[in-house]
Amino acid sequence: MSSNMDLLINFAYVVSAVLFILGLKMLSSPATARRGNLISAAGMLLAVVVCLLNAGLDYKWIMVGVAAGTVIGLVAAYRVAMTSMPEMVALFNGFGGLASLLLAWSEYHQHPALSLFIASVTFLSTFIGGVTFTGSMIAFGKLAGMIPSKAVLFRGQQLVNGLIILGAIVAAVVFAMNPAVNYQIFIAIVVISLLFGITSVIPIGGADMPVVISLLNSYSGIAACAAGFVVHNNILIVAGALVGASGIILTKIMCKAMNRSLSNVLFSGFGATVQKAGDGPQGEVKPATAEDVYYILEAADSVAIVPGYGLAVAQAQHVVHELGEILENNGTEVSYAIHPVAGRMPGHMNVLLAEANVSYDQLVEMDDINPRMDSIDVCVVIGANDVVNPAAIEDESSPIYGMPIIETFRAKTVIVLKRSMNPGFAGIQNALFFRDNTRMYFGDAKASIQALVAEFKESA
Amino acid sequence: MEAVFLTFVFVLSIFLGFELISKVPSTLHTPLMSGSNAISGITLIGSLASLKAGNSQVAIILGTLAVVLATINVVGGYAVTNRMLEMFKKKDEGAAK
Repeated sequence: MSSNMDLLINFAYVVSAVLFILGLKMLSSPATARRGNLISAAGMLLAVVVCLLNAGLDYKWIMVGVAAGTVIGLVAAYRVAMTSMPEMVALFNGFGGLASLLLAWSEYHQHPALSLFIASVTFLSTFIGGVTFTGSMIAFGKLAGMIPSKAVLFRGQQLVNGLIILGAIVAAVVFAMNPAVNYQIFIAIVVISLLFGITSVIPIGGADMPVVISLLNSYSGIAACAAGFVVHNNILIVAGALVGASGIILTKIMCKAMNRSLSNVLFSGFGATVQKAGDGPQGEVKPATAEDVYYILEAADSVAIVPGYGLAVAQAQHVVHELGEILENNGTEVSYAIHPVAGRMPGHMNVLLAEANVSYDQLVEMDDINPRMDSIDVCVVIGANDVVNPAAIEDESSPIYGMPIIETFRAKTVIVLKRSMNPGFAGIQNALFFRDNTRMYFGDAKASIQALVAEFKESA
Repeated sequence: MEAVFLTFVFVLSIFLGFELISKVPSTLHTPLMSGSNAISGITLIGSLASLKAGNSQVAIILGTLAVVLATINVVGGYAVTNRMLEMFKKKDEGAAK
């Protein structure tokens, strides 16, 4: 009887796995993505329900845990502003990691005499889970502005991280040799993992967050996967591996979009040093007023709007859409050109513009807009900096040389919305600002665009 | 032998994951991330199964905490992804609403 039940439970897990896979597959188009997410959620629900059929569970504490988690999760998910999405994802991700750590701990506590294999995967689940947790918390703090988002560097940082990893390996070996008597070593592994999460994310600066979040996302999947080995559960392994693979792919895409290796992102403390004023491209910038910009846009046949993190900071997505609509009604073709690493997480800008009701077929990827850049009349750069810096193509001595950029400088006119002449994340001045075809439109992005919208309305 | 079998499943899943995810357009990278993040809350299944009747106090505390955190990850992750994907509309669909 009970083995029949086991069979039923495990076959249901197979169905869950299929639903996860179909759900992810449907995420390949915006038209089916929402249904895909619901299908994936149904897979999770099925797995939870059949899991509860297992004999001998402690339902009282399960109810308490599930109820508390559901309320907290729902409140957080419905309260969060779209501009704060990167923080939210980091936070959820960290919780998943910590859950894997706790699960491994609880299993070890219940059955301390582990085989070598189980002890090894228990170590992996604990260590990766712990790193995911504190790493995500640091990322969350940086994204939410609770701790400075700049790269934090100190002398001997590499050495400290190296020693921590060495300590973890030694602890792992000692633990795995004889887990039954090494409870203290296990606790030490927990502490080391939490510490390593902090020291490995703290030297990474704000604009490198898309890479870090992708990587942590991958870790949380791998931690769940390791936990699956600990409890001999296929569904944890399959789902964890899918997430692990997804995180690795996103990490790769993000690194490629910055033309940097993963180790450079993780260890270099990029952006910690700022170029001195007086270095870099020089020349005169040509400021423009709202009226000047209005005349340029009014006469344009095609406009590409290039958003960056500044758009999110100024919460300007709704006014940008309003401006886009006005331009379209004026007979201008409007598109939104989005760099893969614009913002603080992969796809950040797309979500903000979707929130503002921008149609998703107007969102254009970098590789699609660049070939037709010469035919674009006006590029409007809003709060983006390094991702439109022509030095990436022209100046071999530039730290961002080789990074693929949105080649706005090839458009007939470029309008750059910016608060001041301060350099971007890479700490370098932007050669685009000094070009002949560039006009600087200084001010807060939201207020500036509102002023433009007002100009259009006045003259209508 | 079971370790080998589990590793088999693991390796095949990784390859499947690569195939699936490389087809996701960059427009959907944020929902992909939060949606796959929700899937990583699958630890919930292990945590539920570890909360057995008659566990020691320490195991109850560890297990319940794991259930709370994994549930936040799952429920919050799916809910927030759904909220995001709701917003992705084409122009004509948007007008119809």
